Amino acid sequence: MLKIGVVIFPGSNCDHDCQHIFKNVLGQYVEMIWHKETLLAGLDAIVLPGGFSYGDYLRTGAIARFSPVMGAVKGFAKKGGLVLGICNGFQILLEAGLLPGAMLRNKSLHFICKDVSMKVENAATSFTSAYESGQVLKIPIAHADGNYYTDPVTLASMQANAQIVLRYCTPEGKVTPDANPNGSLDNIAGIINAEGNVLGMMPHPERCAEAVLGNDDGKQIFLSMLESLKGNKKQLKMIPA
Amino acid sequence: MRPISPLMTKDLIAQHNLTDDEYKKIVEILGREPNITELGMFSVMWSEHCSYKSSRVHLKKLPTTGPRVVQGPGENAGAVDIGDGLCAVFKMESHNHPSFIEPYQGAATGVGGILRDIFTMGARPIALLDALRFGGLDHAKNRHLVKGVVSGIAGYGNCMGVPTVGGEIVFNDIYSQNPLVNVFCLGIAHKDKIFLGTAAGVGNPVIYFGSKTGRDGIHGATMASDSFDDQSEQKRPTVQVGDPFTEKLLLEACLELMAGDLLVGIQDMGAAGLTSSSCEMASRAGNGIDLDLTDVPRREPGMTPYELMLSESQERMLMVAQAGKEEECIRICKKWDLDVAVVGRVTGDGILRVKDQGQVVAEIPAKSLADDGPRYERPYSPPGYQDMLTNLNYDALPDVKDASAALLSLLESPTIASKRWVYEQYDHMVRTNTMVRPGSDAAVVRIKGTNKALAMTVDCNSRYCLLHPYEGARLAVAEAARNLVCSGAEPIGLTDCLNFGNPERPEVMWQFVLAIEGMKDACEYFKIPIVSGNVSFYNETNGLSIYPTPMLGMVGLIESADKTMTQWFKQNGDVILLLGKTKEDLGGSEYLKVHHHREQGSPPLLSVEAEKMLHDFMLKVIHDGSVQSAHDCSDGGLSIALAECCISAPDTRRGAVIKLGLDTLRLDALLFGESQSRVILSVKPGMVDRVLNSAWDSGIPATKIGAVGGDRFVIDVEEGQWSEGCHIDLPVDQLYDRWAFSIERTLNGT
Repeated sequence: MLKIGVVIFPGSNCDHDCQHIFKNVLGQYVEMIWHKETLLAGLDAIVLPGGFSYGDYLRTGAIARFSPVMGAVKGFAKKGGLVLGICNGFQILLEAGLLPGAMLRNKSLHFICKDVSMKVENAATSFTSAYESGQVLKIPIAHADGNYYTDPVTLASMQANAQIVLRYCTPEGKVTPDANPNGSLDNIAGIINAEGNVLGMMPHPERCAEAVLGNDDGKQIFLSMLESLKGNKKQLKMIPA
Repeated sequence: MRPISPLMTKDLIAQHNLTDDEYKKIVEILGREPNITELGMFSVMWSEHCSYKSSRVHLKKLPTTGPRVVQGPGENAGAVDIGDGLCAVFKMESHNHPSFIEPYQGAATGVGGILRDIFTMGARPIALLDALRFGGLDHAKNRHLVKGVVSGIAGYGNCMGVPTVGGEIVFNDIYSQNPLVNVFCLGIAHKDKIFLGTAAGVGNPVIYFGSKTGRDGIHGATMASDSFDDQSEQKRPTVQVGDPFTEKLLLEACLELMAGDLLVGIQDMGAAGLTSSSCEMASRAGNGIDLDLTDVPRREPGMTPYELMLSESQERMLMVAQAGKEEECIRICKKWDLDVAVVGRVTGDGILRVKDQGQVVAEIPAKSLADDGPRYERPYSPPGYQDMLTNLNYDALPDVKDASAALLSLLESPTIASKRWVYEQYDHMVRTNTMVRPGSDAAVVRIKGTNKALAMTVDCNSRYCLLHPYEGARLAVAEAARNLVCSGAEPIGLTDCLNFGNPERPEVMWQFVLAIEGMKDACEYFKIPIVSGNVSFYNETNGLSIYPTPMLGMVGLIESADKTMTQWFKQNGDVILLLGKTKEDLGGSEYLKVHHHREQGSPPLLSVEAEKMLHDFMLKVIHDGSVQSAHDCSDGGLSIALAECCISAPDTRRGAVIKLGLDTLRLDALLFGESQSRVILSVKPGMVDRVLNSAWDSGIPATKIGAVGGDRFVIDVEEGQWSEGCHIDLPVDQLYDRWAFSIERTLNGT
C-alpha cells in the first residue's frame, strides 16, 4: 500500500475529496498533513488539494506558500517526489515557485463551475501515463482564478519541453479560443515542471473518478500516479531540462 | 447596577420597536425599569424575528412528529433518521431584508447563518439550496440585486466548500422592493452525536469562540422585524459582513470539538448575537448564566455592554463545556486560529446576569427573554380584493393563436428559463457527492459510506398562494413531494421559510393562517413531518406586501442510490407517457402572466388522494427500473415540461414528436395550463404496456403521447370542440438557445 499525503491548509476544502479517492476508491493509505507540520516522513506522494486557503483574500495561494509545510513540500519535490496540485493547490504551487507562471481572474470575472473538455497533450508523465496522448476528457472546473499566465520565454520553453500536459479543448479535441473557459494562456489547464514530478491542474479529477457520479474520466490521473510509484510506469519520454 | 443609563422615554422605547404594553410587561418582569442594555436585550429577543410573537400560536398546528423524526422544531435545526445510524439535519432561513439593503453581504451572511445552524447540531453540511425571488429583470435595480445576491451566495458557499446543489428563482415585480433570499442547508450527523443548545450543569464554563465582536449588525433582528420605506438603504450598517474563511475554520473547529467528549451544549450567535445564544441556552436547561463581557474578544475599543450584547457580528459561537475541559476546548480553537475566551459560568438561579469590568450591567430571568415574549393572536380577515383576484372570465380571454411563439416566449421568460448563469457561479460539486446537479426536478447527493442518496428541493408558487393561500400552500407541499418522487426519493421531512407581509394587517394574517392550514392538511395527508422552520414577516415596502410565500424545503430518501432518476429524455426511440389528467387550469398560470399580464383566477385544484397515488406509483416504477426519465409538470404546463425533457440534459439535446387531443379543452389550457398531479415519463418501447397497465391498475390516468428522437420538437394537437388545434414544429436547438441563455442575455444587456 502506498502512503499519500494530503495537505490541509486553513481553508482547504477538497482535502476530504482527495482523501476519499486515494483511500476509499483506490485503497491506499492517506495521511492528512496539517499545514504547520515541517517534517514529512515516509510519504510516496503529496497532494495539495483545492479550496480557498486563507480565504483567497489576498492573491490565491499567496499566503499558503508561507505555511511551514511548504518547506517540506519543496524538499520532497526537490528529491523527485510526486506532487499534485489541484485548483487552489495548483495556485499554491505557482506562488511557491514549484511551477512557473501565475493565475489571473477568469476572463468573465465570475467563479465558474461546470464540466469542460480537456485534452491530454502529454501522456508520458507520471500523472497521465494511464491515458492515451490526445485523449479528450470531460472534467469539472470550479474556480474564479484559473486564467493562467506566464511570460513568452517561459511559455516557449514549456511548449518545447512538452510541459503543457493538459489543455482545454472542444469535445472533439480542438484547442480553440471558444473552448477556453477562463482565458488561460494557450488554453493551459495543467502544467508539469521540467523534472516531471510536480503537476498543477485547475480542473478537478477527484470530482470525476467514480461511476456513481456519472463520470470517471479523472480517475486515471490517480491511477497513473500509483502505477508510476509502483515502478510499473510505461517508458516515460520526458525531455530532460 | 451601572448608574449611567439614559432615562427611559417614550421615544427610546419606540426606537426599540417595543409597544407600551410590551414595555409594561418588561417592568413587571424585572420589578423595576430596565436600563438601556436590558431594554436592548428585550427589544431583540421580543422582536418578531426572534420571538415569533405573531406566528407561534399558528405554528403549533403543524405536524412535527413521525417515526423518523429525531429532532423537531425549537432547536437550531431539525433532524430525521435516514438509517445506518445517520441523521439528515436541515433547515431553511430567510435573509430578505439584509439582501435588499446590501445584496452581496446580505445573501452571503444568510448562507453563513444557515450553515452555522447545521454544524452547531454536530452535522457536517453537505448541501445548500437557495430559493430566490426578485422583481423583473427589466429594472436596473433588480439586475443589480440579482448579480449581488448570486455573487454573495457564491462567495460564501464556494469558500466554505459546501456545494450549492439546487434551488429555484422566480421573477415577479411584486418582489422589486422586497426580494426574498431563502437559504436551505442539509448536513449529516451521527444519530447519537447530535448537539443541542443547552446550558446544563451548574458551574460549567461558557466559552466564546470564533470571530471578534464588532459594531456590525446591531439591531439586525429588529430591522428584520420592520417594514421598509424609501429610507431603508440608510439601514445598511445593520447588515453584517461575512467572513467565510473564518466560518470554515469555525466549522472544522466545531466538528473537532464535538468529536471529543468535551461539550454540554453549543449554539451559534445568529440574530441577537450574544443575547440570544446565552439566554436561549440557559432557558432550555432551566438554568441561568453569569456572563462577563470583560474578556469578550472585540474588534475595537470602547464598545459598550449594549453594543456587545446586541452585535450580530458573524462567525461566532457560544459553547458550554464540561467543567475541567476548558483547556482542551481552548487548544482546539487556537489550532484553528480562532479567538476564544471563557466568558461565563452556568448558574442555577435562572438569571442571565451580565457583568462588565466588575459591574453588573444587566440582570434578567433568561426564560423571560427567550420564552416569555408576547404572544399575539392577531386578527385576520380576507382582503376586500380577494374575489376580484379569483374571478376571471375565461370567455373574455382569446385562446392562443400562435402556439409556437407562445411556447418560445414562455421558455425564455426568466422564471422558466434555465438558471445556468446562476448555478455555474456556485460550486455545486465539491465534496464529490452530487449525483444530480442543478437543473432537474430535485438535486440528489449520495451519502458516502452507505448505498443511499438524499434528494432535495425547494418550492413555492406564491401566485397560487396569493389567489388562494390554503390551496397554494397545499400545492407547494404537493409539488415539492412530486419533485422528490420523480427523482426516485421518498419524502421524509420538510422545513419551511414563511415569507409574508406585515402581520399587523388582518389580510396578511389571513394569508398566513390559511397557508399554515394548507401546509398542515397536506403534510398530514402525505405523512411528511415539518422538523424546522423560520418565519419572515414585514416583507413590505411603502405599504405594499409581497405575495404570501411559504417556501418549502423538502428532503427525500433514496434507499439505493442507483435508483436515482432525472427529468431529461435518455434515448431516441423511447416512448413518452403522460400520467395524470389535464384540465382547464389556466388560473394563476405563468402563461396567463406572460401572455395576458394577468395574475388572476383560481389556482389548480389538488386532489391529495390522486397525488398520493401518483407518488406511490412513481416510486414503484422508478425502483423496478421501468422508466428512463420522469419530470413533473409545473410552471408553464405540459408543453414547457416536454420541452424541458428535451433540452435540460447536461450534455445532449433530444427531439420529440408528440400528439395530443383537445376534446373540450381550450388549446392554451392543454399546452400551458398547470393541472396538478401530472408527470411525463419516458420508457423503453418494450416497457410501455407494462407501465400503462400498472398505472391503470393503480387508478392513475396514463396515455401514450409520443416518442423521443430527431432534432425537432413537434407537437400536433388535433382539432377539438372549441379549437382547431395546432402544429408546433421547432428545431430543438432553437428551444435550447432561447431557454439556456435568456437570463444571461438580459443581465448582460445583449
